[in-house]
Amino acid sequence: MAKFVLRRLVYAVAMLVAVSVFLFSLTRAAGDPRFLYLNEYTTKEQWDSWGKAMGLEKPLVVQYAVWASKAVKGDFGRSLRDQRPALSVVKERIPATLQLGTAAFIIAVMVAVPLGVMSAVKKGTGWDYFGRTFALFGQAMPSFWLGLMLIIIFAVQLRLLPTGQRGGPDHFILPAITLGWISAAGLLRLVRSAVLEVLDSEFIKLARAKGVGEREIIWKHALKNALIPPLTYSGIIFAAFITGSVVTETVFGWPGLGRLGIDAVNNNDFPVMVAVVSFLTLIYVGVALFVDVAYAFVDPRIRY
Amino acid sequence: MAERITKRALPRAGAAQAGAVVYPALARRTGVRKWWAEFRRWPVVPVALVVLLLVTAVFSPLLAPHDPTKGSLRDRNIPPAWSAEGTSKHLLGTDPLGRDLLSRVIYGSRISLMVAMVVLTLGAIGGTTLGLISGWFGGQVDEVAMRFVDFTFAIPFILVALVVVIVLGQSLAVIIALLVVFSWNSFARQVRGETLKLKTEAYVDIARIAGASTPHILWRHLLPGVVNTVLVLTSLKVGSLILTESVLSFLGVGVPPPTPAWGLMVSDGRDYIDTAWWVTAFPGGAILLTVLAFNFLGDWLRDHFDPRLRQSM
Repeated sequence: MAKFVLRRLVYAVAMLVAVSVFLFSLTRAAGDPRFLYLNEYTTKEQWDSWGKAMGLEKPLVVQYAVWASKAVKGDFGRSLRDQRPALSVVKERIPATLQLGTAAFIIAVMVAVPLGVMSAVKKGTGWDYFGRTFALFGQAMPSFWLGLMLIIIFAVQLRLLPTGQRGGPDHFILPAITLGWISAAGLLRLVRSAVLEVLDSEFIKLARAKGVGEREIIWKHALKNALIPPLTYSGIIFAAFITGSVVTETVFGWPGLGRLGIDAVNNNDFPVMVAVVSFLTLIYVGVALFVDVAYAFVDPRIRY
Repeated sequence: MAERITKRALPRAGAAQAGAVVYPALARRTGVRKWWAEFRRWPVVPVALVVLLLVTAVFSPLLAPHDPTKGSLRDRNIPPAWSAEGTSKHLLGTDPLGRDLLSRVIYGSRISLMVAMVVLTLGAIGGTTLGLISGWFGGQVDEVAMRFVDFTFAIPFILVALVVVIVLGQSLAVIIALLVVFSWNSFARQVRGETLKLKTEAYVDIARIAGASTPHILWRHLLPGVVNTVLVLTSLKVGSLILTESVLSFLGVGVPPPTPAWGLMVSDGRDYIDTAWWVTAFPGGAILLTVLAFNFLGDWLRDHFDPRLRQSM
């Protein structure tokens, strides 16, 4: 077990190094990185001092080492727009993203798991059709469009809910439904097919033969075992979740990390952009690591 | 003992022979019900939608009533024809720049399908080649290739796309390249798995003993065995690819304006959702229908031609 965890840890670090090399080569791919900072007020002295600060006269490997060691300490340079360290700009946005993400995650799980189980247990009935339609639409709808349609219907036409931005609890409803629905779709399909498979297995037949109640069979015996496949795919689900939150935050003007990333793109604020990507990749790799280790604990058959 | 078996077996055999008589309802099913049963067996609606989409994309210039990129500001934000202020000149209304929405939605199908086609062709070819090589040679080659595949699965695509577009600039070529880089990986993984199974088959050993070269074996003996998987996987990926492209276009890092891409059109309507909902609603609806049709079709193809893929999706 320890060996597995260690191996998985090395793998996660290697992944982060690979991503950092990738990001670094992008900063150099466009030619002189100073061009990103250049504006009409830049003087020759500034230009030269930037070159020195970035160590541009040294070989690329050294430049990478300097850049990476700064990044590890959280120094991603200064935001070109706010003239503050990029990391502090990123830090401010974390709570908003976390809150929306949590709300959406709760919605996704609360809808996907029960509905997935019901459509498997009552296969071919109204429940099943409802569940599958819900999932099909969630997977086929562009998230940005869903968000805008919800705004048009519930905020503009019916005037029931605010259009977004942060505020009271009612401000969460539309963005959380948008992100939650898109994320629930894939989860629902996984739960449904996993429950279908488990219900067909020998130990369920044994439980039935023993006379265990149907409710207990479904929600205790079947569901517990059916949650393993969704757990395996939680890495992919989480990646989709990050994409979804970038889009949702953009649509609803939600002041989170995704919105910050998009604004950085529009303002050509490269240091902030790199900081956002690095931060989210770190979280992503951390989650993947945690899931793999947790998975190995839950299912002793898994050894890589 | 033997007697008991025959006794138990006999009635069953009898029932099987009388099968045609046991289910008279099936045989008698005629007219509308037979037609409906047949209809449900085939993906009629998705195929019809996909064909409609292809026709729309190919014949856009003939079908579109107006120029998709020219409009007059006097005609801005006209509602669809069925509402009170609408005109029959613009069936779906016009956008904030006075461009005909129907024409733009029609032309938008070209962008979506073209991007999906180019990306999946390149991605499938690249991924299949790598998968074959990786599975066939195994060892270090396999290890390196598969870790690289893992790597591309692990990066949050949308964020990388944003950075790349800032650095390299916004163009159709960059978007296609980005989508290719992130779409070949599932082909490589799947084809590698298939190759590992196929290479233990006797006919592959015989080909090797007969003196066939490695490229010959890969091309003539292994490729035909994985082609099915590749085609099914391609059809399954069309929908998500169209969605990803639309997300990039919506965020302003996809297809550059004024090209009528659906994602971009939804983004055009964002500032007018309180006054002109149609500018947002129709292009997004087009994406939804397109992706639904391709997803249905992909699921159907998978269930009928490669059910094993179900576990990996």
